[in-house]
Amino acid sequence: MSRESLLELQHVSKRYVMGEATLDALKDVNLTIYRNEYVAFIGPSGSGKTTLMNIVGCLDKPSSGSYILNDTPVADLDDNALARIRNREIGFIFQNFNLLGRADALRNVMQPLIYRGIPLSERKHMATETLQNVGLGDRLHHLPNQLSGGQRQRVAIARALVGKPSILLADEPTGNLDSSTGRDVMAMFDNLHKNGHTIIIVTHDQNIANHCRRVVRLMDGQVLSDTDNVAKVGNQEAMRRV
Amino acid sequence: MYNLLESLRSAFQSIRAHALRSFLTTLGIIIAVMSVITVVSLIQGFSQSVTSIFSKMGANGLLITSEETTEDYLAGKVVKITPDDLQAIQHQITGISKITPVLILAGNGSGAVQYGDQTAYSSIYGTTSSHASNSSFYPVMGRYLTPSDDFSHRRVAVIGQTLLKDLDLPKDPIGQYIGMFGQWFKIIGVLKKLGTIAGQDQDDRIYMPYGTAHSLLGASKVPDIQIDLEVNDLKDIDSVAGRITELLRRQHNLKPGQDNDFQVQTSAQVTGTINKIFNMITLVLGGIVSISLLVGGIGIMNIMLVSVTERTREIGICKSLGARRSDILLQFLIEAVTLSLIGGIIGLLLGYGIGMLVAHLVPQFLGAHVPWWAVVLSFGFACGIGVVFGIAPAAKAASLNPIDALRYE
Repeated sequence: MSRESLLELQHVSKRYVMGEATLDALKDVNLTIYRNEYVAFIGPSGSGKTTLMNIVGCLDKPSSGSYILNDTPVADLDDNALARIRNREIGFIFQNFNLLGRADALRNVMQPLIYRGIPLSERKHMATETLQNVGLGDRLHHLPNQLSGGQRQRVAIARALVGKPSILLADEPTGNLDSSTGRDVMAMFDNLHKNGHTIIIVTHDQNIANHCRRVVRLMDGQVLSDTDNVAKVGNQEAMRRV
Repeated sequence: MYNLLESLRSAFQSIRAHALRSFLTTLGIIIAVMSVITVVSLIQGFSQSVTSIFSKMGANGLLITSEETTEDYLAGKVVKITPDDLQAIQHQITGISKITPVLILAGNGSGAVQYGDQTAYSSIYGTTSSHASNSSFYPVMGRYLTPSDDFSHRRVAVIGQTLLKDLDLPKDPIGQYIGMFGQWFKIIGVLKKLGTIAGQDQDDRIYMPYGTAHSLLGASKVPDIQIDLEVNDLKDIDSVAGRITELLRRQHNLKPGQDNDFQVQTSAQVTGTINKIFNMITLVLGGIVSISLLVGGIGIMNIMLVSVTERTREIGICKSLGARRSDILLQFLIEAVTLSLIGGIIGLLLGYGIGMLVAHLVPQFLGAHVPWWAVVLSFGFACGIGVVFGIAPAAKAASLNPIDALRYE
């Protein structure tokens, strides 16, 4: 595994102020993630894992601390610059898929390329290819409500992949799926990791976290533990074989 | 440019996705633009009809009428263009090819006419034969006045077609006698039909020889006449008009600084005045109708605001995929403008169609006329409405926080 750092959070805090009350969602988090890592952020609700994901995904800015993504300090960038980074560096995958309901699979996958200024014909080509890669080559013109949950999540994965981002950020990607479909989707992530993608999965589910090579456990806005999971995964595979 | 194209694409998709709602939204604009175009096209068409009738007077025509100033009125002075004035013009002004006095014996349909036991009221004029070459005075039956009718003060009359009906005249009325001012006049001709202008029947008219009319008034009474004349050369029209003005001022003993008690108008001035009036009517009515454009715009703003709320999540998704503020702003703005422009186009076509239809149903109407400025104006207005009423919803959409928008249910 190469040890080239992809993102680096230093002393990152996030404080929400709601009138009189303040809420410290993240307290002094330090975290470095390297290329081709397969990381789980795990913790109960309220642990700050979603806030952490939002900051890593450049949807939100830290209240203090620094965040370097791909050698670019992004903590102090303005909205437009953040949008650009989201577009080029981050591929989001959400629990409820978050597909555009009025657009078919192809148009959903083409959507992020619009913001990159790629012409229509090339967009179509790239999106078709990516959908074929996730096994949906025959579902290009289906609307989301004509697709099963697993298929929808695969469209979402294709949409996240189509722009060749540095990181895939998945928020409870199997949360809305039945267990067998969930296993398929996780197998897909495992494959993507094997093919060199950097993946961060946010979950409260230990079984999902077990797929990952590194587990970052959060509690009350702080990193509780940050462990290597390789041995465990190996154990599980051994168990499965038995 | 690229963004614009994408926004346009997305706007059409979204409009198509909610076809019925989009149609209802844009209905306000459709009706507004339709009304504006209908009203403007009809009034303008009407104005053209009227102008074309007046322009038959000929481009090289001059019209001389008396005009009472307020001072004259207050002083109780009756101003007139008199036969003396006519003679003076005839003898002293050169460059005139044709001069026609018109003596209004009974204006505005106020003259009683009798035939058998029927009595009708009509406008009665005395004039000379020189109008004969003017197409409005073409007789469909019999003949028009001749110089000898005038010369010998014959008791003859040429009548408009309305009189045929009003007086219950026989089909061929030539040779019949009608009574006016206590005298009997032989009908020698029936004029061609002109129809109505602005609700005024142009066929309710009777012409008798000028000399006859003059003698009817008796020697003691000086009539007020109007004079139609034509100049030899269009180039000279202003100088002729100027010389006539000077002459008439002298004739009427007007001191320097005193206002004219008459008007010398070229036919261009007459049609100009008509145009001015019609343009004013167009503006006023068009202005009133265009208030409905405002209402249509508010309808669009309302739906766009609803649409932004409804699509909050979609906006959040797009932002998470890398849409910038300006991308979202443009998308919603273009959608609003597209909606109102589609409304504008449909309204334009409908308005034009209705104008054409109405013009077709009304006889003697030359046809609706849609001036290019009305098209540009209502189009620009529709576009402006889209921008003005689209900007608030678009700004609302663009300023959404992506995290909140994604979480929106």
